[in-house]
Amino acid sequence: MSAAQRLRVLLAGDRQADRVVPPTGFTVWLTVFTAAAMAFLAVFALALSLATGRLADRWSEALARTATVRISAPEGQMQAQVAAVMEILRTTPGIATARVLPEAEQRALLEPWFGPDLPVAQLPVPQLIEVTEDGAGYDAAGLRLRLAGEAPGAVFDDHTRWRRPLVRAAGRLRALGMISLGLIALATAAMITLSAKAALAANARVIAVLRLVGARDVYIARAFVRRFAGRALQGAGAGTALGMVAIAFLPEADAAGGFLTGLGFAGADWALPLLIPPAAAFVAFWATRAAALRVLREIT
Amino acid sequence: MIELENVAHSYGGGELLSDVSLKLVPGSFHFLTGPSGAGKTTLLKLCYGELLPTSGRVGLFGRDLRGMSRDDIARTRQRIGVVHQDCAFLDHLPLDENVALPLTVSGRAGLSEEGNLRELLAWVGLTARANALPPELSGGERQRAALARAVIMAPDVILADEPTGNVDWEMSQRLLTLLVELNKMGKAVLIATHDLALIRAAKAQVAARVLRIKDRRLHLAGAEL
Ligand SMILES: Nc1ncnc2c1ncn2[C@@H]1O[C@H](COP(=O)(O)OP(=O)(O)O)[C@@H](O)[C@H]1O
Ligand SMILES: [Mg+2]
Repeated sequence: MSAAQRLRVLLAGDRQADRVVPPTGFTVWLTVFTAAAMAFLAVFALALSLATGRLADRWSEALARTATVRISAPEGQMQAQVAAVMEILRTTPGIATARVLPEAEQRALLEPWFGPDLPVAQLPVPQLIEVTEDGAGYDAAGLRLRLAGEAPGAVFDDHTRWRRPLVRAAGRLRALGMISLGLIALATAAMITLSAKAALAANARVIAVLRLVGARDVYIARAFVRRFAGRALQGAGAGTALGMVAIAFLPEADAAGGFLTGLGFAGADWALPLLIPPAAAFVAFWATRAAALRVLREIT
Repeated sequence: MIELENVAHSYGGGELLSDVSLKLVPGSFHFLTGPSGAGKTTLLKLCYGELLPTSGRVGLFGRDLRGMSRDDIARTRQRIGVVHQDCAFLDHLPLDENVALPLTVSGRAGLSEEGNLRELLAWVGLTARANALPPELSGGERQRAALARAVIMAPDVILADEPTGNVDWEMSQRLLTLLVELNKMGKAVLIATHDLALIRAAKAQVAARVLRIKDRRLHLAGAEL
């Protein structure tokens, strides 16, 4: 039997086995509440991990392949330096294309900061050259040396200076999200272990009697395990649903929002939080089972 | 089926039982007597593995208790019917479910056993009390129910710890007759009691041996009864 099947059989219930243990009262509701709260948090931790993961991918993807050369030169020398730079770039192995940005594009880049009426032509605005690398990549340090030698007004910027920390931050955030998920699972296991232990202690007499009439350990453990796993599933189901609704109704931030826009689930990612309730049931299953078997080992 | 060889047991202080040897074979009928506190209950617990001997060897159905896994012990208990001195019921379940508990936990509960259960309850005179909870029963009713539970699995061995302590003479005779009948079907029976009248009544029906715990040891009594 697969784990999923086992879980289904387990939760489908054996009324008889459930009846041999009296209702476990508040400890079970503690489990429902814990599972709900933890699932709610897990939805956000998962959203954070996925969003920062996407962000890190996007940044490294988009930024890794482009670089710019910025040329500041007196009016008369601009043409010559642009030509020299273009020649260097053309002969540098690993560079796929180099394109001198036309005035209209440069204006579009500056517009958000200076408004639409900026007379670019009359200002000493540096000329930008957009460089795309091919798959193999190029030797950035060598390129800088050559540019310094032949076009002193040219500055090569491959974006690594600000790309690296961003990608690193995004990666770190993703790791934090994953760690949070792990901590949530551990905390859930700990809480369920505590409430299972309380239930087991309250039923020490019942357990002893069952053992005396010939019940095997797994039979006794199952009566508790089913109860706690079932409640964890219910609680986590409710918590996950609430978390997903909360994420779905996060206010939209526009493109400039950058990082915040991404917090949420994209497409098929919406299926991932649905794994949280079965995961909670699984954690409850093992936590309760371990607690029950530990208690049982104390009696013959 | 149950075999104790030079068994000793101590709860931590001095030895309560020393050098006890006992063999329960199919068809045997034993009484176990001794003053209160002599260790009758303790000896029975050694016989179904609730207690481990501090020295010596306990064999259950040909296997050494020490070498048995927890599941082995559980399965062995399904073959040994025990009437516990305190009855050991689940107070939240009605009487009939308590009596059927050994069937339930061994996965044998079912319609085929339903008739068996009714018959057994009628035999111990508890049909009318089938839905009562254990705390609502009198001491005698509880002991009758405990005997019914001990035999419902058709065990090979029946161990009864003062099963007639709280019942009237007539009922104790009926319980005894049930045990004697089961014994004649080949089951081994061991009854701890200090009811000498019961032992005398039994001797008229069956070849019973009487064991007595005295000075921590097990003696075969006989003539004086
Ligand atoms: N779990 C225990 N721990 C310590 N002492 C015990 C325990 N159970 C019984 N005893 C002691 O062992 C002695 C024998 O008890 P028991 O076997 O119940 O005697 P009986 O059934 O013959 O009256 C008594 O003195 C009792 O107090
Ligand atoms: Mg006793």
